Amino acid sequence: MRAMVYRGPYKVRMEEKERPSIEHPNDAIVKVQLAAICGSDLHLYHGMMPDTRIGHTFGHEFIGVVDEVGSSVRNLAVGDRVMVPFNIFCGTCWYCARGLYSNCHNVNPNATAVGGIYGYSHTTGGYDGGQSEYVRVPFADVGPSKIPDWMDDEDAVLLTDMTATGYFGAQLGDIVQGDVVIVFGAGPVGLVAARSAWLMGAGRVIVIDHLDYRLEKARTFAQAETYNFTQYGDIVLEMKKATDFLGADVAIDCVGAEADGNFVQHVTSSKLKLQGGSPVALNWAIDSVRKGATISVMGAYGPLFSAVKFGDAMNKGLTIHTNQCPVKRQWPRLFEHVRNGYLKPSELATHRVPLEHIAEGYHMFSAKLDGCIKPLVVPTAA
Amino acid sequence: MTYTPQKPPIAESPEELRKRIAGWGVDLDPKDRPSVPKLAFQEDLTGAHWELPERQPEKYPRERSPEHGMLTPVFGTAQPPSGVSGAIRRYAYRYSEGRTAHWLLLVLADRVDAWEHHLRSLLTLRPDNPITETGVKAEVTRHGLRSRVGQHRTDLKHQFLDPVIVAGPWVAAAWLVFSGVRKLVRPLRS
Repeated sequence: MRAMVYRGPYKVRMEEKERPSIEHPNDAIVKVQLAAICGSDLHLYHGMMPDTRIGHTFGHEFIGVVDEVGSSVRNLAVGDRVMVPFNIFCGTCWYCARGLYSNCHNVNPNATAVGGIYGYSHTTGGYDGGQSEYVRVPFADVGPSKIPDWMDDEDAVLLTDMTATGYFGAQLGDIVQGDVVIVFGAGPVGLVAARSAWLMGAGRVIVIDHLDYRLEKARTFAQAETYNFTQYGDIVLEMKKATDFLGADVAIDCVGAEADGNFVQHVTSSKLKLQGGSPVALNWAIDSVRKGATISVMGAYGPLFSAVKFGDAMNKGLTIHTNQCPVKRQWPRLFEHVRNGYLKPSELATHRVPLEHIAEGYHMFSAKLDGCIKPLVVPTAA
Repeated sequence: MTYTPQKPPIAESPEELRKRIAGWGVDLDPKDRPSVPKLAFQEDLTGAHWELPERQPEKYPRERSPEHGMLTPVFGTAQPPSGVSGAIRRYAYRYSEGRTAHWLLLVLADRVDAWEHHLRSLLTLRPDNPITETGVKAEVTRHGLRSRVGQHRTDLKHQFLDPVIVAGPWVAAAWLVFSGVRKLVRPLRS
């Protein structure tokens, strides 16, 4: 089968690989119809995530058709069209039983600090991902859902991580009516988080980034106020001025490990790998909110330490909520929002990349070319 | 006003916001938010029909974090550790996730792994090609110049480092090979 393959930092290519096989009775093999490249895939692409092995196939956002099922699979059959959450989870461990599917303890032998994720290095379990023609889907009775007839393929694939994560990020903010919410990062997750903040009753939503075309999207997709931080000497001070010197009630960090805005922070993390991530957006979040505020973090950081301004967070009495999104827990409510037109994830899909052009697709997304917001990957040959 | 008990007023009333933004406030009640409260027992177990899942056969000694009490019932089998990088990785997994050594050894193994594969690829019909594999063609097909000129992008300050990271080790390796060959050839000529 054809698959995207990692060849080292900044290098990927399409290769012929062996089709995955059933390795556990509750496995399924899914023939991928549509996948996506996530902003967090860029952390792998840039060589930031420890234990990313040469030959690894990325891709944790995908939909497809069930091609084969293991002997204990009851809830899916060959031919079913399914959407697969990026979390691999068992459904019954202490964490899954309480809804923390992203923290499942039964799927990732390599680390206890993170659950299982498709195509996201061995630090998250060593599973190949969905930027390929076929993918192994463990716990087929638990993770995947059949795609509703009314749902677009693009909406479906973007519900497997991006939309669910952005919506979850707004929930982590504990927004109450009239709150001023600052979203750091106008990437796909940030745009959904900003839109979701309104659904939770925010009184004002502000989005901060340095890419003008993404801020334009924040104004149209999320109806948010926008600030390009490069246009201000000090974005923290600007946020204080914008909130009558109180600070925001909630900040949502949708940037994560490769935040820009501070050259030293960026280079020491993204280029030199001396930090788990560049916490520029997180530090701005800490300093931009009022005392006693809530900060939501679901931008992805690596497992190494980062230079976070924790003293300010402590002295301000902040509440910091974090996690990878437990995707399937969001789906019933998100399906309603998509059906009602409150969220339209496919509006953020800007490019379709055939698998044979995967290297150009990664470069375009990484270098932010051609107005790219969210690239989809088409795995089958035309 | 910040220095008094009142919160600075919001410009738009809830009615105005509801009118302007489709769906404003539909999740205002925390009961409508699927991840509130964070820990909520899931009666349906999302379709699982086991308490402890059946165990996947272990076909090779699977590396695992010492913070796990056992090998997890299910695990990925992509890219088993091999070569020098594999030995470094196996050593790294002696340390807990709390130890910096664990992560730095894994980062080191990643770099060694890359070189092992680059060298191995030179013996195949499809050697690594840094030009095609970096996708730089997109600079032409996806408007590299137009995407940068006249924009307020701060990432341009460090993008020049990317080619250095990619090409630097190749240039250094080529220089080492060249100087090594020169040292060998010089005595033969004289």
